[in-house]
Amino acid sequence: MRLTSLALAAALGCLCLSPAAAQEEPQVVRQNLMKEIGRSMGALGAIAKGEKPYEASVVQTALETIATNAKAFPDQFPEGSETGMETEAAPAIWENMEDFRTKAEELSSEAETLLASMPADQAAVGAAMKTLGSTCGTCHETYRLKR
Amino acid sequence: MALRWGRVMGAGATVIALGAVAVWYLAAPKTVAADRWEGLGEPNLAHGETLFWAGGCTGCHAADGASGDQVKVLSGGLALTSPFGTFHVPNISPDPEAGIGAWTLADFGNAMTEGVGREGEHLYPSFPYTSYARMSPEDINDLYGYLKTLPASDNVAPPHELSFPYNMRIALGPWKLLFFDKGPRVELASADETVQRGQFLVEGPGHCGECHTPRNALGGLQTDLWLAGGPNPEGEGRIPNITPGSDSVGSWSQSDLVSYFQTGFTPDYDSAGGSMVEVQKNLSHLPEADLQAIAAYLKAVPARE
Repeated sequence: MRLTSLALAAALGCLCLSPAAAQEEPQVVRQNLMKEIGRSMGALGAIAKGEKPYEASVVQTALETIATNAKAFPDQFPEGSETGMETEAAPAIWENMEDFRTKAEELSSEAETLLASMPADQAAVGAAMKTLGSTCGTCHETYRLKR
Repeated sequence: MALRWGRVMGAGATVIALGAVAVWYLAAPKTVAADRWEGLGEPNLAHGETLFWAGGCTGCHAADGASGDQVKVLSGGLALTSPFGTFHVPNISPDPEAGIGAWTLADFGNAMTEGVGREGEHLYPSFPYTSYARMSPEDINDLYGYLKTLPASDNVAPPHELSFPYNMRIALGPWKLLFFDKGPRVELASADETVQRGQFLVEGPGHCGECHTPRNALGGLQTDLWLAGGPNPEGEGRIPNITPGSDSVGSWSQSDLVSYFQTGFTPDYDSAGGSMVEVQKNLSHLPEADLQAIAAYLKAVPARE
């Protein structure tokens, strides 16, 4: 649902501005990074729930995307991007940038740790989801505005 | 959270106006017969731990910002601000001076199931005894046993800073007469054991309805809108409807709900937000069978829109 609205927001942004300009808005960049993280979680979740068979390459790609995007994520919050483009970024981000950064890096390093030991079956992917999900929640609790 | 307490306190104020001497007797704090707490034997600590996570004690009683195992230090100290003043969450760690280490099981049980403190005073329903009261003496014994295994903290929380008339605990007596009901919140057709376990967890220790059910002007739950959501008492937005009639979670399957409790991910891989994050983290400690029970119950309650 939220992914759809983010996609919509991005699409609307593109209608108003030139596509290139909209792409560069930090709000849009970070929304897209999160959207990709969401999709990766979805890929892991499908395996964890048994909807899709375990496939190492899928797990690896998903974890790599999460690690890469979470690392880049906190760089997308320059002054002046506090509002607009339907951002759900909480003002607390700019008040506690250090902590926000640490929390984003935690997700990235968790994904890297998981990559190093590669969850080898459905149950392990489920456990990985639990770990990553808890980290998502910890950061969202403080730094994301609820719609 | 401020506004929730606010409403509860607002109720207290209104009730003061109504509170004639006639209700004085009825409104005096009542405790459970002392022999209910006797002969319960050794607590089942594993069950106590399940109740601990289901009850979400850490949400208010852990130090602000605690994470990982630190949440098991129930030092209190979190300040809950409201328009009527500030509530300071007490230390319920086993420290005999600062915490509740010197309490008897009866003291603990009266607080949990009657909303009566150790000095015989009414407790503010910011502490959800209105839900916890559905726990049996055996449950209370198990939970208290488990709490005693947690680390002690010597933190002393300051007293509540409430303005007049909200600082008058006696006003809570009439409030309890009106709204403190230990019966089932909904009558369920199903006698299924899983659903019944879910009913106990949701209506009792889980105290889900304290946020997910709207309140009336006096701060009582509108039980005909059980779990139907409503304005967010903490501020912006709404608390979601979690009945089968919900336009957000009504379409989730039972396994979607369980997976959400375990991981915090919605079926479309959005993640939990706001105060539900804390709740979900606590729920993730429960055995899967209990999460299935909660989900089964949520599918069985009357749909509200």
